[in-house]
Amino acid sequence: MKMPIATTYCFKTTALTYGSKHGIRQLHIKPSNTASVRLFNSTVGLRHDLKSSNTSKMGSTSPRPPSVDIRFSNDPPTVHSHPVGLFVNNCFSIASSGECITTLDPITDREVANVPLASSEDVDRAVRAAKSAFDNIWKDMSGTERGRYLAKLADLLEENKQYISQVEALDTGKPVDVVLTEELPECVNVCRYYSGWADKIYGQSIQPFKEKIAFTAREPLGVCALIVPWNYPLMLSIWKMAPALAAGNTIVLKSSELTPLSASYLGYLAAEANFPPGVINILSGDSTTGKSLSSHPGINKISFTGSLETGKQIMKAAAQNMVPVTLELGGKSAALVFSDADIDQAVKWCHAGIMSNAGQICTATSRIYVSHEIYELFLRSLADYTAEKSKESQFQQPQISKKQQQKIQRYIQSGLSEGARLIYSEDTGSETGYFVGATILADVGDDMTVSTEEIFGPVAVCDSFNSMEEAVMRANSSCYGLASAIFTADITRALQVARNLQAGTVWINSSNDSDFRVPFGGYKKSGFGRELGEHALQAYTQEKSVHINIGSRL
Amino acid sequence: MSAAVFDKIKIPNGIVYDQPTGLFIDNQFVPSIDGSKFDVFSPSDEEKITAVYEAKEADIDVAVAAAKRAFYKGPWARTTPAERARLLHKLADLIEKHAEVMAAIETYDCGKALSLARGDIFAVVGAFRYYAGWADKIHGKVVDVDSTSFNYTKMEPIGVVGQIVPWNFPSVMLANKIAPAIAAGNTVLLKSAEQTPLNALYIGTLVKEAGFPPGVINIVSGIGKIAGAAIASHNDIMKVAFTGSTLVGRAIMHAAADSNIKAVTLELGGKSPNIIFDDANIDKAVEWINFGIFFNCGQVCAAGSRVYVQEGVYDKVVAAFKKRAEQNIIGNPFDEQTFQGAQVSEAQFHRVMSYVESGKEEGATVVTGGERHGSKGYFIKPTIFSDVSTDMKIMREEIFGPVCAISKFTDMEDIIEKANDTVYGLAAAVHTTNLNTAIEAANRIRAGSVWVNTYHGMHWALPFGGFGQSGIGRENGKEAMKAYTEVKTVRISLEN
Repeated sequence: MKMPIATTYCFKTTALTYGSKHGIRQLHIKPSNTASVRLFNSTVGLRHDLKSSNTSKMGSTSPRPPSVDIRFSNDPPTVHSHPVGLFVNNCFSIASSGECITTLDPITDREVANVPLASSEDVDRAVRAAKSAFDNIWKDMSGTERGRYLAKLADLLEENKQYISQVEALDTGKPVDVVLTEELPECVNVCRYYSGWADKIYGQSIQPFKEKIAFTAREPLGVCALIVPWNYPLMLSIWKMAPALAAGNTIVLKSSELTPLSASYLGYLAAEANFPPGVINILSGDSTTGKSLSSHPGINKISFTGSLETGKQIMKAAAQNMVPVTLELGGKSAALVFSDADIDQAVKWCHAGIMSNAGQICTATSRIYVSHEIYELFLRSLADYTAEKSKESQFQQPQISKKQQQKIQRYIQSGLSEGARLIYSEDTGSETGYFVGATILADVGDDMTVSTEEIFGPVAVCDSFNSMEEAVMRANSSCYGLASAIFTADITRALQVARNLQAGTVWINSSNDSDFRVPFGGYKKSGFGRELGEHALQAYTQEKSVHINIGSRL
Repeated sequence: MSAAVFDKIKIPNGIVYDQPTGLFIDNQFVPSIDGSKFDVFSPSDEEKITAVYEAKEADIDVAVAAAKRAFYKGPWARTTPAERARLLHKLADLIEKHAEVMAAIETYDCGKALSLARGDIFAVVGAFRYYAGWADKIHGKVVDVDSTSFNYTKMEPIGVVGQIVPWNFPSVMLANKIAPAIAAGNTVLLKSAEQTPLNALYIGTLVKEAGFPPGVINIVSGIGKIAGAAIASHNDIMKVAFTGSTLVGRAIMHAAADSNIKAVTLELGGKSPNIIFDDANIDKAVEWINFGIFFNCGQVCAAGSRVYVQEGVYDKVVAAFKKRAEQNIIGNPFDEQTFQGAQVSEAQFHRVMSYVESGKEEGATVVTGGERHGSKGYFIKPTIFSDVSTDMKIMREEIFGPVCAISKFTDMEDIIEKANDTVYGLAAAVHTTNLNTAIEAANRIRAGSVWVNTYHGMHWALPFGGFGQSGIGRENGKEAMKAYTEVKTVRISLEN
């Protein structure tokens, strides 16, 4: 379908005064790409519910960015005009093809908004903008100054967290409170954290012998293609974007076709934070957009979070271009519960580890192996606790799409037909929306489909083990290696098992409480490279070694 | 009866503000226990500005108790690194907001040119922001020794830290000390210099406004021999950081050893060489030697006070330097055009002038200056001595004023020997267009900072400190975080 309004809108980026080490320097940033701009027809009468400073900048008579009306079923219901569009060079525009994708509300199955579907032509435009911004301003800007932009973006995310949470909740089906109290603070903190790293990225000096001194420079890669999934749309965008920008790269970010709304708002805030045009470019699109982006010859890095299958496609495209890749893919993470564990706590963490976010977490500890001595007790407790928690709004969340819902339901059926014992199955009581009730399967052997494949839903598969060696062997039997959890009070066992598990993350006596200061990523088919922490900076830099001959003569 | 702990002050450039005069302890300004005060003078007009309360031993005890309470029992002990970062950012934002008044206070209190004072406040904001970023990036290491043990290290705060800052950059030195100490999770008792207590107290008001819990940052005014000595020898202070003279640094180290073996960081004096090779860009080099010695009236520990010029360009450089130095605008520090203000105090003025006399007596040639500027305020004309031999006092001792000693050198071997012929080793600079000359000199000069084709290249992100008697430890950069942390090694046996 066609967008109703043909529009391009460019934000005015004002001259900034961020200090450099030699005193105050003015950065004169001019919006580019303003030549052939067809401005938005303001008579359409969209209500604009954004901060007043924004409207004053745009001016009361000025055109506004392309936007769509979003209806929130609050009490009373509200309508917000939400900026959408392909965000390139600090301008919002429709797709060159005029094509759109429709995003649905997973709770009601109703259409929420139409957003542009970026074509290969749009991708090309975005990559060129990013390349130009990289060459002309961003790569030579001091880290201190880049850090100030990120700090500003963090402040804006914090100021607008109420609104963003509503949008994100609507688009993903998550409870607003969860987005507001967990995901938005994480977004803000990650931005602030990497703003601090921007001027702390070091090379080394090495003098191997008297006649040679060498310096290494950690330099940015260039244009980074960032492709994010739908389970944490904004948060994972920030996970990628913040370190990439801190390290001096420019970015083209593609949001998931299922959840494009928070990403376009991020573009809006990027302009508001006065990022120079072209440093941050954000596209909405589908797999064809992702394909165009990952195979574009102008990009210098791909960071992708999503499924194993798509990850393989991305890697092939990267091989064609020979650009470095960071892949965060699937998982089938194991939780090991030993007999000396605090059972009550183990049950609660195991529940959170698989049922949070409707099980749509790549690190979900979806396989739970329990010492045979406490196996039945654990299963009963987990079932009771799941029943109790299912009443809480925090755990009443649909899957992202009908397709996902049906896929998960098929997995549950397959588990039962392959002989798993049904311990718990929640009736969601919902006629509409993509809900799947929390499900616990027991006696799940290693060869059952539900034990080997990633379900990405609220389905826990459990089995018992007889020894530590067996537990470790079964945990490691997966082709994935993203995360794992151990529940035990024994310090030696905890650390020995942690050492022997083949997983990028090991939680001891907890599950899925990742922290942005701690590296995150997978072993085996869960991908490679690490995000978060100082490690993320490595993913977005390349080392240059400068040798200086100070005496060797031929 | 409560004593007044604020004084309304009118700065000569017209700014009127409330100057705190009390001791800043537990987020409150309080009078000293015995009520004693000392006067604060403006070095540019020799007039009294105000009087501030003076911390004595008993006051130091109270302040240390506050810092100790905050470290072990207060909310600070539970404050996360990310929250420490937020507080430091908040403080930086507030200082930025108050930058104009703080620059004026600095100028009034120190006599330094307003344009330079603005640069100081800019560096203060930069340092606080920079260390805000470090607060949640202090990592220990995991060390793989064998499969039967698990070993890791942690960087932990030291505890109550005593910090004593000098009068040449009152605010910058405060920031370079407080910011990393707080980022690392310590609590602080800072003593300002008795010549320049005003901005430190002003920052106290901003510390409170930023939301730091009481007792985390305590700031007192006091005399070195009394309050400074009490800090250095206090048994509840676990670390002392001092910037000042080598003489006092030695006394502080003695006191630290005699009391509780507290850790020390010392940034002391210097007699830094500024070297011009024949192949240098002479115009630029002359700019840098002028800036290297006359910046901040020569009151910089890293001042390029020994200028060595290769013989091929010696006469040319001396003539150009004389011309350049005489163009420096000296006088009223509030005048926007002024580059060189007043020396900080009468005592410093006389000390510098006595070195000028000694240079004349020992037979060095006065190229320019060599006398007082004007009759009111502690101004000294930019002074250059040529034909200075290695044994003259003005070539060996730190003058800490606008007085420069020039000498000649022949080649690399000669200059390395001359450059390193000092008990100090704080900084050095070489001016050359040749790559190998630059790197070789940088490698062979024994100094904590070497600048190539520039001078005073300090930055909050770059470690700064001295070789030899210029001190111990480093400030700025990531290195400062090491100065404010203890390493704890944890080894866990995995044998059953």
